[in-house]
Amino acid sequence: MSSLGELRTIALNARRGGARPDPKKAYPDNKAGYLFLLPWFAGLLLLGIGPMAASLYLSLTDYNVLHPPFINPPDFVWFENYIEMFQDPKFWNAFRVTVEYVLVSVPLQLAFALALALLLDRGMRGLAFYRSAFYLPSLLGGSVAVAILWRQVFAKDGIFNGFLGWFGFTDLPGWIGHPDFALWTIIVLHIWTFGSPMVIFLAGLRQIPDMYYEAAEMDGAGRLRRFFSITIPLLTPIIFFNLVLQIIFAFQTFTQAYVVSGGTGGPADSTMFYTLFLYRTGWINYDMGTASAMAWFLLIVIGVFTAFNFWFSKFWVFYDD
Amino acid sequence: MTTEAAPALATELITTGTAEGRRRRPRRATLKSAVKHILLIGVSLLMLYPLIWLVVSSLKPNDEIFRDLSIFTTDLTLENYISGWNDLQAPFGLYLANSMVISVGAIIGNLISCSLAAYAFARLRFRGRNLWFAVMLLGIMLPFQVVLIPQFVIFQQLGWLNTFLPLIVPKFLATDAFFIFLMVQFIRALPTEIFEAAKIDGAGHLRMFGQITLPLMIPALATTAIFTFIWTWGDFFGPLIYLREPGMFPAQVALKGFIDAQEASNFGAMFAMSVASLLPLFIVFLVGQRFLLRGFATTGIK
Repeated sequence: MSSLGELRTIALNARRGGARPDPKKAYPDNKAGYLFLLPWFAGLLLLGIGPMAASLYLSLTDYNVLHPPFINPPDFVWFENYIEMFQDPKFWNAFRVTVEYVLVSVPLQLAFALALALLLDRGMRGLAFYRSAFYLPSLLGGSVAVAILWRQVFAKDGIFNGFLGWFGFTDLPGWIGHPDFALWTIIVLHIWTFGSPMVIFLAGLRQIPDMYYEAAEMDGAGRLRRFFSITIPLLTPIIFFNLVLQIIFAFQTFTQAYVVSGGTGGPADSTMFYTLFLYRTGWINYDMGTASAMAWFLLIVIGVFTAFNFWFSKFWVFYDD
Repeated sequence: MTTEAAPALATELITTGTAEGRRRRPRRATLKSAVKHILLIGVSLLMLYPLIWLVVSSLKPNDEIFRDLSIFTTDLTLENYISGWNDLQAPFGLYLANSMVISVGAIIGNLISCSLAAYAFARLRFRGRNLWFAVMLLGIMLPFQVVLIPQFVIFQQLGWLNTFLPLIVPKFLATDAFFIFLMVQFIRALPTEIFEAAKIDGAGHLRMFGQITLPLMIPALATTAIFTFIWTWGDFFGPLIYLREPGMFPAQVALKGFIDAQEASNFGAMFAMSVASLLPLFIVFLVGQRFLLRGFATTGIK
């Protein structure tokens, strides 16, 4: 049903092991299989596994690209990059900003997505319009144009303050330029793009068989009871799926942070997202060694979050199989 | 280099959805339904207002944009589009054309390489298939930053900086595993009888792939093409690091030029070109809605 479910099945099968059938009969398409996969294998080797190994190596070197394409040969320095990185308060600031962003924006975005998906009944009037209206921002939300728009929405004389002005609030700050609020404007931008998880929730809701509801209704279960005993438990795999993916994506947020802050991560580094800091380390300061170390730390952090998610899912995700 | 991969999975979930039950009849009182619609219309307005404001502002004279924040105005002009088109180093049409070349190249690459891989994973039985399939799925979750710097160095060594090649060639090597997965799910849902019949008629795998699978999986190919277009068109990071020459910029990076020249900024022109950069996305959204939102459960084979 989902890639996560798929992985789970593969893991379970692998654990089971079992007798191996005759290879000639079991694998009649060995040659064709590998031929069809040739482009993918080339990509995996040249752009996947190879670069991963190289990046791990580079993270242990002093690799300063002064003026591309002129490159100094990498200089092996063991864990110096990591040590320097961990001693840099700017690094921890970028890490904190990003984790804060992930922990606030992902649950809020998913809550909106789920709430709106629940409001949209199949066969209701205007369904196509609502669905499109909610989905459109998530299609455009990653673009530079929308980030530019966002700078104006939350500027001192922007739409947001204009809106508050109708309710008598005046003399409001420019939110984008204020260190306490700039991150929040990007969080709002993220919530605004709740359309794509919403569409996944809609698909999930549609897979819940009507007979469950009919049976529960016959047993005298009320609306609330049906919601908490049928809808939510059967939707947990989808919630889990959205949660895992959105956390991974949110950690990699770049464009919004770049454009909203004009590439600086300001004001006062309040929007210095991890990926923006990584970009500046590698491509503005030409320190590719440290940037590689940062990439690996990001991989580990995302891995830890994902692993925790999988572990924790045992306590709340319900599989109907 | 996509961070918004979820929609493809949405479509996948819809395709593989099994329990397409009967419609639930809404039995609510009309009052409740009215309240719901008011709520939904309110949310729709909140969602769309900034976008509508952007479009309207792009049509207002520069000094009007911030004086009046409402979207109702009679004072419309195309002036911003004319000035914005020529405001940057090159006419904006060049940037849009660059975006188009990169996007079309990426689409062709993804369609060819991902469909080949998907056919192998879905229809062929070969040693190590499950292992490679798991590797591919893990690749979906791997943050691209980990391979970013060596990839950059590779393309730099090849002398590909300042060309579209680093943005297009990886697509021919099936690096967007999401689409492989989407297509695998689709091919698996095709009835096996078709393939068995073709096999009896003596068709090889190349024939079964080209003459049977590809025509049947057009909905999955269309979904891939649409999402590849949207993501490539909207990609900012890739072009930002690989392209230096302003004449090579796609629209996304060119727009940045308006922000860099912040102080003396011509807001009207910036908004006008923002709209110009969003327009192709919006058109693809309208044309591709069927694939983007409704999924293609019913458009497959009957």
